[in-house]
Amino acid sequence: MQRYILFRIIQAVVALWMLSTVVFFILHVTGDPVAFLLPPDATAGQEEELRRSLGLDRPLYVQYVIFMKDAWTGDFGRSTTKGTLALDLLLERLPNTIQLALASIFFCIIIGIPLGVIAAIKRDSLWDNVAKFIALAGQSAPQFWLAILLIILLGAIPAERGLPSLPTFGKGGIEHLILPTVVLGWSIMAGVVRLTRSAMLEVLDSEYVKFARVKGLSERLVVWKHAAKNAVIPVLTFSGLALGGLLNGSVVVEVVFAWPGVGRLLLDGVIQRDFPVVEAAVLASGFFYVCLALIVDILYAYADPRIRY
Amino acid sequence: MATATGVAGSALGRVSRLWRRPGRIRRIPVVPLSIVALLLVCAIFANIISPHDPRGADETQRERVLKTLVPPFQNWDNPLGTDRRGLDVLTRLIYGARTSAVISMIALGFGVVAGTVLGLVAGFRGGWADAIIMRLVDAALAFPLILVAMLIVVVLGPGIQNIILAIAATVWARFARQVRGEVLSIKERDFVTLARIAGVPDQTIIARHILPNVVNTLLIVVSLQIGNVILTEASLSFLGLGLPPGDPAWGIMVAEGRNFVIDAWWLSLFPGIAITLVVLAFNFFGDWLRDTLDPKLRRL
Repeated sequence: MQRYILFRIIQAVVALWMLSTVVFFILHVTGDPVAFLLPPDATAGQEEELRRSLGLDRPLYVQYVIFMKDAWTGDFGRSTTKGTLALDLLLERLPNTIQLALASIFFCIIIGIPLGVIAAIKRDSLWDNVAKFIALAGQSAPQFWLAILLIILLGAIPAERGLPSLPTFGKGGIEHLILPTVVLGWSIMAGVVRLTRSAMLEVLDSEYVKFARVKGLSERLVVWKHAAKNAVIPVLTFSGLALGGLLNGSVVVEVVFAWPGVGRLLLDGVIQRDFPVVEAAVLASGFFYVCLALIVDILYAYADPRIRY
Repeated sequence: MATATGVAGSALGRVSRLWRRPGRIRRIPVVPLSIVALLLVCAIFANIISPHDPRGADETQRERVLKTLVPPFQNWDNPLGTDRRGLDVLTRLIYGARTSAVISMIALGFGVVAGTVLGLVAGFRGGWADAIIMRLVDAALAFPLILVAMLIVVVLGPGIQNIILAIAATVWARFARQVRGEVLSIKERDFVTLARIAGVPDQTIIARHILPNVVNTLLIVVSLQIGNVILTEASLSFLGLGLPPGDPAWGIMVAEGRNFVIDAWWLSLFPGIAITLVVLAFNFFGDWLRDTLDPKLRRL
């Protein structure tokens, strides 16, 4: 067991190292931040000086070794556009992304699990199909379009008529969180509904549920207490992984709602060739994903002794 | 029932049995398949069926200026209205179908080939090849599709071939992982061992004995990814990272209409509906395929 965990941790570190190496070389080989930073009439001398001060004049492999050495301690250098430490920029945005991610997962579970349970107990009925449709619609509608629709219907039109409306951009109180949460949470709901439904079908067929029925418990108690409680375990695993995805920052939702999260930081960084910021953000998102995948794998290995690699 | 038994062994009989068992094998999804067919017809015959030219080449500048922002359902010439430049929305929707179909088909093609080959090698050879390929897969999956695509498009510049590369570079990992998993269990089966004992070379075992057993799963995973790929393309176009602005693509159309959404609601509404319907159709179809071909995968 310990050997397996150790092996998985080494694998995770290697995956992160490969990710950061690939990103480093893609960025450094193809892009030059200097062109973005200087005015168009800058002299060649100014250009040289800026390049030297950013450390971009050294050979690529030297830059890579320095990057690797510093990245290990969390130092990615200063943002080339804002001048602050890239790590600080990241840490400033991270809470916003975490807040949105947690809210979305919560919304997704709160709506998704009941939908899945209803779909299972009313299998192949109209309810089943309605639940399936709601889930698949969220997965299929593009996030940016859904966001625009909600902004108009719940934000712009009521505001124009003087009715109570929801804020449509930026960060503020809890009401600023509602629209982005709905869009993001709905888009990942399909997996939760499907998993809950199939797990419920399996559990409802089991002996102890039949026994609970024979005992004369009410149908509601059987379904929600005995069956649903056991059916949500795989759903929670799935949600853990989905959370890993959401912590990467969802670029589209953050852009449409002007949410100051990691996704937008990354998009701006990529567009402006801000190497330190992109490298920090990419490595952070990779770190989240790999850690959550690792935790899920280890928990699985504990739960199911047959899993060995 | 005499006719039914008569054709029971034939392909037709198999299909007709699919239709008859409502509980376990679902009915063929007619509506989703029609939407997919409509998409393909639009993509292939865009230049024949659309009433105008997507960039307005069939009318003079003057003619177009006179009919900017015509609302939908007003006249037969522009059934779904026109945009700010006087371009016909229906025409651009039809050409958008072509853009979407071309990009996603080519990108998926590359992704499937690369993913299958790498998955087969990783699963069959094991050892170092497996370790390296699977770490690559982990690295690719650790990063959401849209971000990798963003990086590639920004670094290599906009353009249809870079979008295709960006999408292919991200979807292959899902296919590789699925194929490898299948291969791991298939290669322990008796028919593979027997082929090995008989001295069949590895390439032949992979091509003749393993690949055919992977195809079903692959088909399901691919059909479930089509919707994702279309969404990625649309999102990239929406963020301004895909095709050059002004090209007929659904994501670009939504983005163009975004600032006029209160007065000219049709600009963003129709392309959004188009994306949603097409992706929904593919997702329903993929779901059906999975339930029909392989109930084991229902949890995917």
